[in-house]
Order: sequence, then structure tokens, then C-alpha cells
Amino acid sequence: MTEFSGLLTLAIFLPIVGAILIALFLNGKNARTLALITTLAELALTSYIFLLYDKEKGGYQLVDKFEGWIPFDTFRVDYFLGIDGLSAPLVLLTGILGIVAVFASWSVSVRMKEHFMWLLVLQGAVIGVFTSLDFFLFFLFWELELIPMFFLISIWGTGRKEYSAMKFIIFTILGSAFLLIGILSLYFSTNTFDMTLLPDKIAGANLIMPASVLFFLTIIGFAIKLPVFPFHTWLPDAHTDAPTAASVMLAGVLLKMGGYGMFRVSASMFPEQIVDYSWLLATLGLINILYGAAITIRQTDLKRLIAYSSVSHMGFVLLGIAAAKGGTAELGMNGAALQMFTHGTITGLLFLTVGFIYEKAHTRYIPDLGGLANRMPFLAAGLLVAGLASLGLPGTSGFVAEITIFMGSFPAWHWFAALAAIGVVLTAGYILWMIQRVMFGPQLLRHNNLSDASIPEMIPVAILVASILVVGIYPAVISDVFNTGLDPIVGEITSYTVGGK
Amino acid sequence: MNLQDIYLISPELGIGVVAALVIIVDLLVSNKKVLPIVTLVGLLIPLFFVIQIDMDAGSKTGFSGTFQVDDFAIFFKYLILGSTAVVVLSSTEYAKKFEGHQGEYYALILFSATGMMLLASAMELITLYVALELTALPSAALAAFIRERKSAESGIKFLVLSAVSSAVLLYGMVLVYGLTGSTHLSEIGSSITAYGLETSPALLFGIVLITAGFGFKISAVPFQMWAPDVYEGAPTPVTGFLSVASKAAGFAVILRVFYTSFGLDDANIDWANMIAVLSAVSMSVGNLIAIRQNNIKRMLAYSTVAQAGYLMVGLAAITALPGGDDNAGPIGVLFYLAGYAMTNLAAFSVVIAVSNIKNNDSIESFSGLAKGYPLIAVAMTLAMISLIGIPPTVGFMAKIYLFSAAMDTGLEWLAIVGVINSVISAYYYLRVVKVMFLSDPEYKMEKSKTSYGVGAVSAAVIAMVGTFVFGIYPAPILRIAHTAVESLIG
Repeated sequence: MTEFSGLLTLAIFLPIVGAILIALFLNGKNARTLALITTLAELALTSYIFLLYDKEKGGYQLVDKFEGWIPFDTFRVDYFLGIDGLSAPLVLLTGILGIVAVFASWSVSVRMKEHFMWLLVLQGAVIGVFTSLDFFLFFLFWELELIPMFFLISIWGTGRKEYSAMKFIIFTILGSAFLLIGILSLYFSTNTFDMTLLPDKIAGANLIMPASVLFFLTIIGFAIKLPVFPFHTWLPDAHTDAPTAASVMLAGVLLKMGGYGMFRVSASMFPEQIVDYSWLLATLGLINILYGAAITIRQTDLKRLIAYSSVSHMGFVLLGIAAAKGGTAELGMNGAALQMFTHGTITGLLFLTVGFIYEKAHTRYIPDLGGLANRMPFLAAGLLVAGLASLGLPGTSGFVAEITIFMGSFPAWHWFAALAAIGVVLTAGYILWMIQRVMFGPQLLRHNNLSDASIPEMIPVAILVASILVVGIYPAVISDVFNTGLDPIVGEITSYTVGGK
Repeated sequence: MNLQDIYLISPELGIGVVAALVIIVDLLVSNKKVLPIVTLVGLLIPLFFVIQIDMDAGSKTGFSGTFQVDDFAIFFKYLILGSTAVVVLSSTEYAKKFEGHQGEYYALILFSATGMMLLASAMELITLYVALELTALPSAALAAFIRERKSAESGIKFLVLSAVSSAVLLYGMVLVYGLTGSTHLSEIGSSITAYGLETSPALLFGIVLITAGFGFKISAVPFQMWAPDVYEGAPTPVTGFLSVASKAAGFAVILRVFYTSFGLDDANIDWANMIAVLSAVSMSVGNLIAIRQNNIKRMLAYSTVAQAGYLMVGLAAITALPGGDDNAGPIGVLFYLAGYAMTNLAAFSVVIAVSNIKNNDSIESFSGLAKGYPLIAVAMTLAMISLIGIPPTVGFMAKIYLFSAAMDTGLEWLAIVGVINSVISAYYYLRVVKVMFLSDPEYKMEKSKTSYGVGAVSAAVIAMVGTFVFGIYPAPILRIAHTAVESLIG
């Protein structure tokens, strides 16, 4: 059986081909131009793919499948791509952030050629993760993303960039190591890498390890990526020292790979374990939310502040998944999926604006900033929108995601949800306090000659602001699609919780 | 010896003739630049014979059953010929350091390769031993080929330790012969079952000694002590040759002996567990010590110890789960060896290219290479991430295949040790990448790109292309490995 629609293959390889062209032929500004053209085409393509996904029909669509990439009966790997409701929005998100990342690095002047090359490779690899339906292929793309990120942080970063890049890569590979053992165990239990068949096959298979061990082997890789306390320590370092574009991609889509894996693998293949261990997810989620928020307040470096706020926000994803235990699993999971999408755009915007401020003011140290809104009203507005969305102001996408998570998790975890609400208060505290210290108050003299965003810098800010508001006002655009993808997963989970009790 | 025997041994004869020819050409011609060309073109002769035998469907056993050119042997002959060719190509410029002895250098490499090719076909203990010595003696001479202290030390160390390990090996062989009454590998296997020797302590002792002897050849812990000093002191192309071809031959003979003589029928003999433990220790020791190295050749030496550990995972994986593939372990070994050959040759060719300019083997001498010569910096990067096992490289595919064989045979713990070791190894392999791309050159390094050496650079590029292409589409190698292992195990 060979099916081929080609769109997803194109979506993965368009950026990679762009990167190869840059590597071979282009230099400096030409490289930048080609990267822009490529990501623009990629944005158009991913939007088209997103629109093409038929949510009435559901299931896996736009399938590209060649059987027998590694053609042995005892070790069979297929080239198998496809999207469902869960991956379609994330593919779109990667398309959006890809072009944002190119604009974000518009002023990069050191080794431009390599910079844009790695950005494109990164984008292709991430789309590969979201669209692979063969577990082996999924793992290949999962690993492929490491090297571009390593270079992006270690060459164009700031501060202790080499240390941070190495820390990022060691943490992630450690997670992948466990993930690989899990994937291989699943293969030898079920004799397939096909992620669409695995949920059914696992249920009836004679597993070579206890299911809960497999559950933990796989989820630990995702937990490191998301990141979940206590595996989060790589994130503040990587984010703080990464260049703006890498931060945007890292917070925007790389963390989402962890969340995506939790849905695609943990929840859909191990419905019983995700319910049985939802207490653990809820606890860790709560720690992420409160501990992340508490640390965030104390930060004086703008990027580190946003990085810790990501830890806090990813806790909500965990809390939403933990809702699996109650009767409102659907609501909680939808909220968690939506939180992944919105966090991608919101934190992308936060890193973007902060990155521009840093380029102009040459400092990220909050006490050295102040009153910048006078000099850069546009960036101030961008930061304000992102900040308000981040604290969950109604009308922005952050609000929709968080309220859904609370509604979903409250019936199952009264106290956890109630305590997590403190996190929202803390978020409001650190966001507003940060904006106040950076943008308002007395303006320092030495900031007199700062200029506002230039046109190439305004475009990505505008794109992200628009997407935050669109999803905030009409969340169904995204959440209906997510819903289609989550339906079968939630179905499995509720049949266990209702039948198993 | 009849015609059939000569036909079967023609590749080895051919390569021996080429070696003699190179020495003669060296005597007659004053322009030494033709020597590598003669060697490379000459290598086509044995290649032709191997292809000829590969195509031939007739009987492939000769010399009264002591010599067998089955698919398994042919796999290794291709691998050894290919590695030899790349090593010769990479030493084109480096060989100038050998002054008047370039002819002998190429000839010795060819002689050593002859021994390796014989090893792959040996079906009898004495043939095997002779082939092993033919491999080792030229290698010792090669290791001592530069006239300086370190190289001499390297040669003498290799020679002495090689002799000790051969003695241990011989003693093991004698024990096995004494118990089973035969030196033919297949007869040893049937005698063990016939006489019920599975639980005999003497046989187990013999197997342990044989393992120790072979363990030296593949530089597995605890027989790895020679590797760092020998690798550091030997001329770099020789180090590459030892780390790739000699290791491949070592694994060929281990697979042959263990699967033919002490095979699956004798599941009571618990050598698989012994190898599993050695494998875990090799990986861990190699990787942990490699972290501390500042000399690239020493680092790669410890890295080959770790790589030998990964390869032994496949040796240990012998009985698969129901529905699994009993041959997955050996197939994994063959696949990994092929991938490892490309990867390591790419790495060593780059080391040679850099030392052509800098005459220095510290990791720092790679600083700023990405600016000076991006092509070989990319080759080195691919080699390093292939050794870690990150896509898109053949190392990634091969490692997953090997670990999957371990999982398939119930050695989950070994697979876990393996993946954790990959994480540790990332640290020191990426250090090289970091130095190439992040540091600025200490001093202006590139006079012109040609002084890196056309031969060394093209060797690096060839090996890099292999590393990349088979990292994306590994099916062809896997298919050949499959048939090879089928002919080994039947």
C-alpha cells in the first residue's frame, strides 16, 4: 500500500532544500532573502495544509506512505507521514514561527549563511516530528532537531552559550535514550512502528516489559522536553543564552514536541497508565506552575524571566492532561492542547520583543531599563499584548486555554486546580511588574537615542499579535481541530475510567 | 592444492602480487607520487576476483575445508578492500613523512589487508592463527614507521602485546583441540555436542582464553591498554587502518568461531553473558576515559574501545524472542562495522588532512577549521554525530539496529547501558565540533587548501558521503549483511 499526497513531504523538505541551497550557493544577505522566501512559502503551505484538514471526517489525512524503507519482516520501518486534528495546528504553528524566526534574526550579521541554514533545518525537523506516523521516523526527526539547536545556541548566543548548548543537548539526548528503549520495547511487543496501529495493538499485546515501565520510559523523554520539574533546569540556561530566533523556536515549537508526545504516545497508547498516574502528572504540574511562577518573580534578566514563566505555563499542560482521571477529560485535554498552541505564539512574542529590546538597549537587566515605552511605543504595545495574553486576559488566547484547563481539571483535582489558580495570580504579578519596570516609569537618559522597531521587526510582532487575538476571540478555529484529534484518545480514556471504576 | 583452491584464494593472491608490484615500482621510479596510484589501481585486481567469486554460484570451500569464501567472508573482503583503499587514498600526502620508505609502507598495508581477508575465510584454527599473525606483524611494522620515539614505542608495544595475546589465544585453541580432537571449526561444534562437553570447565577455560586473545584484536576492555599508546604514536593513516580494518577482521573471526564452533546448539555454554558484560564495561570505560583526552588520536582510541563495546552488544544477542530474528545480533554487527568503517575513516581522514598542515594532533588544532575549510569541518561533524548516533548518519541507524537486537534477545539492561553511554559520548564528540565551529583559529592556518592534501580530503569526502547516504537509506547494506549472516549461521 503506497499512498502519496506529497504535501507533508513537501512541508518537511522545503525548508531543508532551502537550507541546502543556502549552504551551497548563497552568502550573507542573499541567504537571508532565500530563507525569507522559503519560510514564506512554508507558511503558505502549512496554512494550506491546516485548511485542507477535514475536521468533519477526522482521522489521519494527507497521508504519505512508502512501505519498506527498512524492509525486513523482523525490523520493518515505513516512511509514513500524516496529520490528524492534534498535529495540524502544531504544523501551522511551526509554519508561523518559522517566518517569525527569520524576521527575528534580520539583524544577525555574524555568519549569516549558517544561521539561516540551521533555522531552516530546524523548522523541517520539527515539522517532521509533528507529521511522522512511524515511530522510528518520529524518533529520527526528534533527534535531528538537536544539532541545529546546538549550533544556534552555541554560535549566536550570549553569555555562557557553549555551556548552555551542551546542557541542552545532554538533557535532551538523555531523554531520547529512554524514549528509544521505550520505542524498541513497543516494537518487539507489537511488531510494528506504525503509530496509528500501536494504541490498539498494545492493548492486546504481550508486552516485554510491564506497561507502566514502558509508559515511564517514553514519557520521561517528553517530560524533559516539555520540561517538567525536576528536569527543567536546562531550559532557563538554554533560553537565556540563545539568540532571539532560537528562543522563539525553542519556546514556540520545541517544547511543544514534548507536549505533543504526551498526547500522541503517552495518552493515546497508554490510556490506563495516564489515568492511574494522573496524580503524578497533576502534582508535577502544580509544582511546575507554582515553583516556576515563584522563581519567575525573582528574575532580573528579562529572558530568564520569560524562560521560567514557560516552566510555569507548561505546568498547565500537565494539569490539563491530568484531567484524564475525571469525567471532564475532554475539556482538560482540549485546554492543554490549546495551551500548547497559544503558549507558542505568546511566548514567541515575548521573546521576540525582549530580543529586540536587548538588541537596542544592549541590556536585559531589568533595573537598567525603564520608561522604554516613550522611545519604542510599538515594541511596548507588542510586549503588553504578549504579557496580558500570558497572564490570561479575556479576549486573548491565553485566557481561553487556561480557563478550559481549570474547568477540565477541577472536577478531578479540586485542590490542585484551586492551588494552581494561585499561579495565575503570581503570573499577573510578575508580568505586570516586569512591564512596569521595563516600559514605564522614568526613562533613563542613556536610552534617549533608542529607536522603535524597524519594519522587518514589526512584521513578526504583528503576525503574532494577530494570531493571539484571533484565537482569543474565536478559539474554535484551533480548538475544533484539536478536538477532532483528541476525540479517539479521550474515548479510550473514558472507556477505562467509566468501565474500570 | 588444485585449481579450485587457487581460484578461491585469488583475491588474497592478487593483493599479495600488488604489494610486491608496489615495492618493485618503488625501486624503479623516482617520483613517489605514483605509488598510491599504483596501489589504488592495483586494488582493483583483488576486487575483481572477489566480485567474480561473489557472482559464482559454485562450491566455495577449498583447501580440504579449511578455507571458505561464503557470503559472510565476501562481505568482509569488500569491507576490508574498501577500507584499505580509503586509507591508501588518505595517506597520499602523509606518506611524505616516511621519506625513502613509501613503497614499503603501501606494501605493508596491503600485506596486512591480505591477512585480514584470509581471516574472514579461515575455517580452521591453524589457518586462522597464521592469518592472524600475517595481519599483526605488518601492523606492528607500520605502527613504528615514523622515526621518532612515540612511533617506535607504539610499534614495540603493539608487537609485544600482540605476541602475548597470540600466546593466550594459542593456549585456548590447544585446550579446545585437546578436548574435541579437531581444529576444524565445524567439527569442533559437532564434537562438543557429541561428547557432551557443554559443561566441561576445561572447554569453558579454553573459550575464555580464546575470547581474551580476540579481545585484544578488537581492543575490548580489559584488553584495551595497548590501544591509546599505539594509536597515538602510530602514523595517523595506520591508526585509522588499525581502528577500522583490523577491528572488522577481528569481529569477522569472532563471529565465525563463536557461531560455528560454540554455536546456538550449545546454549549451555554461557559465553553470551560473558560477552554482554565485557560489552557493557568496554562502552563505559572507553567513553568515560575519552572525556579526559586532549589529543584527538587518543580520544579516538578510547572512542574505538567504546565502539567495540557497542559492537559486542550484537555478539551477545543470540537467541531472540519468539517471532524475532535470531540473526539480528550478527546482522547488527556487520551493519555497524560497515557504518563504523565509513564514519571512522571520515574522522581519521580529516585528522590526517589537518595534521598535513599543522603537524599537531591536539583537539585545539581543529579550532576554526569551519572557517578555514568548511568541507572537511562538515565531514568531521558528520563523523562525530555518527559516532554519537544522531541522524542523518549511518551511525544512528546502525546503533538503533544493534540496540534493537539486544532488546529482541531479552538484553534490555545492555541496551539501556548502551543508550546511556551514547549520552556520555555526546559530550566529548561534540567538543570537537565545538572547537571547529566556535573557536577562532589560533593562528592563520590555511596557506592554501591544497596543502591539506587532495588525497586526504577526497578520502574524507568519500567516507562522509557514505556516512550520510547510508544514514538515510540503509537498506542496501542491511540486505547484504542479511545474506552474509545467513551463510554464516545457515
